[in-house]
Amino acid sequence: MADPTLAVVLAGVIMVALNAYALLGGADFGGGVWDLLASGPRRQRQRDLIAHAIAPIWEANHVWLILAVVLLFTCFPAAFARIAIVLHIPLSLVLVGIVLRGSAFTFRSYDSRRDAVQRRWGAVFSGASIITPLLLGTAVGALATGRVRAPAGSFAAGFIRPWLAPFTIATGVLALALFAFLAAVYLTVEAGDDRELADDFRRRAIGAAIAAMIVAGGTLLVARRGAPMMHAGLTSSRWALPLHAGATLAAVGTLGALALRRFRLARIGAAGFVSLVIWGWAVAQFPLIVPPDLSVLNAAAPATTLRFIALGLVAGAAVLLPSLVYLFRIFKASA
Amino acid sequence: MHDLLAARGQMAMSLGFHIIFAVVGIGMPVLMVLAEWRWRRTGESVYLELARRWARGTAILFAVGAVSGTVLSFELGLLWPRFMAFAGPVIGMPFSLEGFAFFTEAIFLGIYLYGWERVSRRAHLLAGVAVAVSGVASGIFVVMANAWMNTPAGFRMAAGRVVSVDPLAALFNPAAFQQTLHMTLAAFVATGFAVAGIHAALLLRGPATPFHRAALGLALLVGVPAAILQPLSGDISARAVARQQPAKLAALEALFTTTTGAPLTIGGLPDAADGTMRFGLRIPYGLSLLAFHDPAARVAGLDQVPRADWPPVAIVHLAFQAMVGLGTFLALLSLVIAWRTWRRRPIAGSRGLLRAIAIAGPCGFLAIEAGWTVTEVGRQPWIITGILRTRDAVTPMPGIAVPFALFTLLYIGLAAAVVWLLYRQIVRMPAAAPHG
Ligand code: HDD
Ligand code: HEM
Ligand code: HEM
Repeated sequence: MADPTLAVVLAGVIMVALNAYALLGGADFGGGVWDLLASGPRRQRQRDLIAHAIAPIWEANHVWLILAVVLLFTCFPAAFARIAIVLHIPLSLVLVGIVLRGSAFTFRSYDSRRDAVQRRWGAVFSGASIITPLLLGTAVGALATGRVRAPAGSFAAGFIRPWLAPFTIATGVLALALFAFLAAVYLTVEAGDDRELADDFRRRAIGAAIAAMIVAGGTLLVARRGAPMMHAGLTSSRWALPLHAGATLAAVGTLGALALRRFRLARIGAAGFVSLVIWGWAVAQFPLIVPPDLSVLNAAAPATTLRFIALGLVAGAAVLLPSLVYLFRIFKASA
Repeated sequence: MHDLLAARGQMAMSLGFHIIFAVVGIGMPVLMVLAEWRWRRTGESVYLELARRWARGTAILFAVGAVSGTVLSFELGLLWPRFMAFAGPVIGMPFSLEGFAFFTEAIFLGIYLYGWERVSRRAHLLAGVAVAVSGVASGIFVVMANAWMNTPAGFRMAAGRVVSVDPLAALFNPAAFQQTLHMTLAAFVATGFAVAGIHAALLLRGPATPFHRAALGLALLVGVPAAILQPLSGDISARAVARQQPAKLAALEALFTTTTGAPLTIGGLPDAADGTMRFGLRIPYGLSLLAFHDPAARVAGLDQVPRADWPPVAIVHLAFQAMVGLGTFLALLSLVIAWRTWRRRPIAGSRGLLRAIAIAGPCGFLAIEAGWTVTEVGRQPWIITGILRTRDAVTPMPGIAVPFALFTLLYIGLAAAVVWLLYRQIVRMPAAAPHG
């Protein structure tokens, strides 16, 4: 009934959407982290730069997540239903975080007075920016553990233990560290001619990169027990070596570029590093979407649906991609 | 609280919240574009000021629309996983198209809001047009998905599974046309009158500045024609519902027994326990006339539906009465405004009329909430009419009262923040404040 090739292609599109969300939306969350950690004599300037960089595009960045969700429930309905049932709690909390972050950010930028009220919106914005990636990373990590099964037994066994374990906590922290790293690197570019400000974020980017690498190593360690299948995929499969080599190259390259103040190059390296981490996860669990049982093949929608969605995607992309390029040309070309 | 009830409550609350911002996302871009276009045509700076001010308000509301819409796309699965597992492949199409419409809307809104100094005037106005078009499109797509829940089409059932899916037939299901037409008009009625209401109230309170007069004129330009057309569109809906969803029609008219030449009851308190109607004004043959345009037509009553499958009659009936009442008021008021404009008498010249417009301000939004209550509660106990029951679709996760309470508190806080912010933004700012 399902069309295997098309199912794999559409699963790939979902991953592309998630990847784009991590690179674009993730950086917006990371911006919230640096908003909270703003310090030193240029504190206000740091915050202004963050707000300036996020403002015109956060809503567009955010739609990648919606695209991924919509494609998931259309193309792989059984997987979506399972995820929604078992991960109800972390996903609900992610939603609370998304609501608070998005609205607080907007309220802060549109409330034109610089007063205590505005600062309070800022606190909500940055607090939610920390909690949301933690929980999002936890939920994604839960998939890799293979414990997102049809609930049976007690409430804790069915709805809590699948996502609350050392491994998933590690993936949560990893997501936060990666997002903060991305944001700091992007902000070095956004700072433009302001050398002092660029240096502030250069230091932060280097610190976040080191933190992210340590957390990534730690995650791999706890994966041995917490997500054995993922661990096996990441250590001993055919593509494990090229993947790790690529990620290391990207990470070292980014650090080198930061050291040399080649910020645009660093931006490419950072995006490459984060993308490799994400695709590493995807490849390690392919063809499963929700291990141990729901795969790209057995959870796929009927072939007609997949074909229509593929057509819709092509038509949509024809409208969307030029518009996106236009948006970034207008707002990011000068940076 | 019972989990099913909590889930229904959370869904109703989230949708009732989102729809307000969604409607603003459909209506406001049209107002902004009209103002900017007037400014380009006349060169009068009040129109530029209006476009900018409205754009700022829209940005705040749009953000809340975006986050509450995101919540909904997850909630469909979090609360109704079995519905989504079933319906996803059939109605994923409109949701995916809607995704692209959102994307386009968000992109061009970004350009519109932040691009005043960065793109040419022409490109800026066109960006506004793109926002308006994609706003209307996203509303249409999502309502098509809802229409499918009311009149499912485009698939067959075999051994409890969906087979022979035809996404196009699902998209263009029988209820799609009347629902999208009625909803799109509703969005223009609601935003047009809400904006007109605010400026009418400000005109009543303060001096008649050109700013408020211009705003009032443009807002009425959007609201008045739509409000005059809305009862006609409602008539199309009612006749379609009579044919396609007889149980819903019986509930919204509180018709307990099948009747030939059925009367129309205005007002009244139905009592489902003993199948009677208290109070209310009866118009002989009215219902048969309205539903089938034939005084002798036979209208199916709730007696045709098993008792266990009745929707909550009183809620549906009262909500329907509220919508029609508000719609009638708005349509009559619009006729008066249209007449006065045709006679070239300024609207702001009559304090009585201004007062009526101020009162009409919230009416469009109230009618929308009431209308959705009719559609959604009137579908119960089905989540997909005749195919899947709401209670069979709900998540097995216990304790739904907790997220229901959490999201309710969150939305109450958010609503308070929005109201307060808009007040700080628009109302308290002096009319000649510099923009930026
Ligand atoms: C400004 C808002 C507004 C106004 C003034 C009206 N309506 Fe309405 N109505 C809606 C806003 C709305 C709505 C919220 O948009 C609904 C809910 C679902 C839908 O498609 O439209 C709706 C649904 C709805 C339905 C149910 C359709 C269905 O379930 O498929 C009927 C029969 C009517 N309307 C009829 C009317 C009539 C006879 C009106 C006469 C004045 C009227 N409406 C005014
Ligand atoms: C189950 C129902 C619904 C879901 C899942 C849903 C989903 C969404 C999502 C995800 C967004 C955010 C898009 C962005 O980030 O820009 C959104 C916004 C929007 N929705 Fe909904 N929606 C629903 C109901 C409705 C209805 C009934 C309408 C209109 C009639 C509507 C109209 C809109 C519009 C116009 C926007 C964009 C403008 C704005 O954000 O204010 N939606 N919706
Ligand atoms: C934004 C305008 C809408 C409003 C105000 C609204 C209102 C409601 C209400 C009041 C309920 C609860 C009914 C009950 O259980 O008694 C409900 C249920 C529901 N609605 Fe809507 N609705 C809207 C649009 C939509 C759309 C566009 C969709 C999806 C395509 C949708 C999907 C659902 C689902 C899945 C349920 C839960 C199952 C059920 O109770 O039947 N709604 N809605």
